[in-house]
Amino acid sequence: MFEFQMADIMPALPEIFLAGICLILVLVAAYGGETARNARRVTRIAMGGILITLALVVNGDPSMSRAFGGMFSADSFAIYMKVLVLIGTFAALGMSLRSDGDSDINKPEYSLLVLLALVGMMLMISADNLMALYMGVELQSLPLYVVAAMRTNSLRSSEAGLKYFLLGALSSGMLLYGASLVYGVAGTTDFAGIAEAISGRDLPTVFIIGMVFMISGLAFKVSAAPFHMWTPDVYEGSPTLVTALFAIAPKVAAISILLRLTYGAFGSIADQWQQVLIALSVASMVIGALGAIMQTDIKRMMAYSSIAHMGYALAGLAAGTVAGATGVMIYMTGYVFMGAGTFAIILLMRRDGAEATRIADLKGLSRTHPLLALGLLVMMFSMAGIPPLAGFFGKWYVFLATVEAGLVPLAVIGVVMSVIGAFYYLRIIRLMYFEDTDSPLDPKIPMANRVVLGASLAVILLFFAGLGGLLAAADSAAVALIVFG
Amino acid sequence: MIGNWPLLTIITFLPMIGVMFLLMIRGEDDLVARNARHVALWVSGFTFVVSLALVLNFDPQAPGYQFEERGDWLPGAGISYHLGVDGISMPFILLSTLLSPLAILASWKAITVRVREYMIAFLVLETMMIGMFASLDMLMFYLFFEGVLIPMFIIIGVWGGARRVYAAFKFFLYTLLGSVLMLVCMLAMYIDAGTTDIPMLTSYGFAADMQTWLFLGFLASFAVKVPMWPVHTWLPDAHVEAPTAGSMILAGVLLKMGGYGFIRFSLPMFPLASEFFAPLIFALSIIAIVYTSLVALAQSDMKKLIAYSSVAHMGFVTIGIFTLTEQGVAGAMFQMISHGLVSAALFFCVGVVYDRLHTRDIGAYGGVAAVMPRYAVFFMFMMLASVGLPGTSGFVGEMLVLVGAWKASSWVALFTATGLVLGATYMLWLYRRVMFGKVVSAEVEAMERINRREVLIFAPLTVLVLWFGIYPASLLDVMASSIQIILDSAAAGGAIVIAGR
Repeated sequence: MFEFQMADIMPALPEIFLAGICLILVLVAAYGGETARNARRVTRIAMGGILITLALVVNGDPSMSRAFGGMFSADSFAIYMKVLVLIGTFAALGMSLRSDGDSDINKPEYSLLVLLALVGMMLMISADNLMALYMGVELQSLPLYVVAAMRTNSLRSSEAGLKYFLLGALSSGMLLYGASLVYGVAGTTDFAGIAEAISGRDLPTVFIIGMVFMISGLAFKVSAAPFHMWTPDVYEGSPTLVTALFAIAPKVAAISILLRLTYGAFGSIADQWQQVLIALSVASMVIGALGAIMQTDIKRMMAYSSIAHMGYALAGLAAGTVAGATGVMIYMTGYVFMGAGTFAIILLMRRDGAEATRIADLKGLSRTHPLLALGLLVMMFSMAGIPPLAGFFGKWYVFLATVEAGLVPLAVIGVVMSVIGAFYYLRIIRLMYFEDTDSPLDPKIPMANRVVLGASLAVILLFFAGLGGLLAAADSAAVALIVFG
Repeated sequence: MIGNWPLLTIITFLPMIGVMFLLMIRGEDDLVARNARHVALWVSGFTFVVSLALVLNFDPQAPGYQFEERGDWLPGAGISYHLGVDGISMPFILLSTLLSPLAILASWKAITVRVREYMIAFLVLETMMIGMFASLDMLMFYLFFEGVLIPMFIIIGVWGGARRVYAAFKFFLYTLLGSVLMLVCMLAMYIDAGTTDIPMLTSYGFAADMQTWLFLGFLASFAVKVPMWPVHTWLPDAHVEAPTAGSMILAGVLLKMGGYGFIRFSLPMFPLASEFFAPLIFALSIIAIVYTSLVALAQSDMKKLIAYSSVAHMGFVTIGIFTLTEQGVAGAMFQMISHGLVSAALFFCVGVVYDRLHTRDIGAYGGVAAVMPRYAVFFMFMMLASVGLPGTSGFVGEMLVLVGAWKASSWVALFTATGLVLGATYMLWLYRRVMFGKVVSAEVEAMERINRREVLIFAPLTVLVLWFGIYPASLLDVMASSIQIILDSAAAGGAIVIAGR
């Protein structure tokens, strides 16, 4: 149908470059041997690749953004979200560099798989076509199933991987099935084409069913309630480094594609999907806030916390306006750095070399590790949405959009749930600051974790200062997103 | 001379410079503690001195805001970095900058663990308080208003008493729940008016039915902060568990944030709703005054007694504000400043004996006047100021509120006045039990007289209470024109909306 031209693939250059790095790394991993040294080498190359990709993404020209006959779109929205995903993955990989105690992660294939998943995430973010969407989702998911089960001698890890795989496959099936129904009615897989085909006409029920199936499939990927069941188990069972990755990068990609799908392809029937997203949002906020209260393991708690965060992001999505998309982007920006900073600390929760991830293990942290405790304090207050930290501004812009769209009850439910959520974040601060311990955590703080924590802290504390620029970028990105007004 | 200096920015963020210093201190624990105390005291003291420039250069006659600063923050979004003071916020900033060094001085000996963190929390708290009163942008106001929770939560939770965890959580979650409802209203206001600039919002004129909801949302937040009955229950817990200095700031400044919010937002921005809901506020405030006064009578814990008396005194403030009369609002303002000085001093009075005997139980004391005569004088003076003795600042505020209340309704005035009687009862009774009679025990006998540091804390508070009591015009003149503007814009705003219907 279309001729192949060099200019046609230029927008996809970062992805192509990264995929090339992956292929090289396959060789390095295979011939370099199953040693820790080779694993570090692979990780370093992967991180270098990510940095170059980041430069390529930032230098991309959003005005000439479409490649592969419109399947792939590297518009300013894609650039914004890809930067977040790349930073998040870079941080997660960086923290795996020093994992000497963790021989399971210390394998060359770990970084390789993460990098492959990263290509998938970037493809998801840029997908402008049902086919590209599905390819991106699968390319992202399959490597992540494997890394979730990476700790082969641990029953929990294998269980996590299997659970993730089974439910993930189910959701992919739902996504695919929904996509086929949508295609059946619209007659095209192109988002813009779908938007054109469905606007102003009476839609058959089967189209709505297809749309709901697609949204549900993606809701699984963002771990929105009631499709969240896998999240706590996978977060807890996976090696902590993998959990850190899960908590940061794939969520951004999944939210991006949900945004692109609803705002782009289904933009003209916002009233149809709005109620679905409102239901998902409320359920996530409630289950995330209430579910976290009872947790004793910090990784499980973070799982529920991420469910709640996705609930807030979906509230902005549900607004269905440019302001809503802007709100989601600001929210996810804060979310990435809060996640990175928090996991930089959770990764250090070790006692005598063994992981100690019960929440109670944080007792007295402010005495044994004052700076870590201060860092986690800032992260927790930010997650609770207390100003003047990053988390507050995310909530401000998300709820600004919902109130503007007339969804005041959703905003009220959201802020009330954020108060309940504050309870369990405060509990962490209580343990660190108000209580004492006689069995301190290990004192070692590797350089990578310091850097990640320091950078995240800087972003979260100074978020208000950079907000103007961020807002301008997010705004223009949001405008690019809306294909059909 | 200082015309071009961004004075308010300097005052607001000076304490943060102290925080930087504190973070850099290295060395042995003792050394760090000693240095931290000095850095915090000097920085907050210097902030106070700088803030005096506000008083000296303030023109009470000039209408509108002074020392205004405006900077781009979120260009094009109607949200800017906007600071400024008028006769209403300026006294509060002075109150904050005065009480902060005194509170740090009050914890000189009382705080022995994690001194550096403690001082950081206090300096952050000071920045938040000053910033809140100086903000002329609603979003900035909210940032500071909520930001206060972070250091206060830590102060209560780490350096508090036995039930500190419970008290810290209750304080935080109660206040947060009220504030987020206000946040939703702020979003609605921003969407409706397209700006978060407070002066612009004041003259905007919100639709009548919208005002009702906005008023209720703001009430949810300010009522918890003031606190009004029935959402006052966090206050006794927080006060009892907080360290002395925490109580001083909590009662001295943080409680005023609610009253300030009513005057800055509710009155001028939702005038119709303010008038409509005034009877509700009166009812709640009268219940607060009578009920908490009776509860105060029954307390055996000194701090709890004074905490309940704070609720009763703040009841006067809310009544005064919602009389919507010049006297009422001026009285409420005066009462807030006076209560800020007096309650801080009273909590310090409790702290002084607590440092010596390590109990707040009234039954454990008796005959203290014989052992600590100078302390007895200070305590008596503050006790009488709290009761509202003529010649002290407490009298002026209560008197004006009563005049305003009488204008609004004689019934309101009648019930409000019972608070004066009850207040005198519990305060005098407290004083009699603690100070007079026989010296009850050898421990009391052995209590040391108050030292120079403690006198240094009492002295400025005493002088100011006396000064404002004898020469109230010095404070009333500063506020008068600003209050008039608020009330005028409330009346005008109401008229605009009604005419528009």
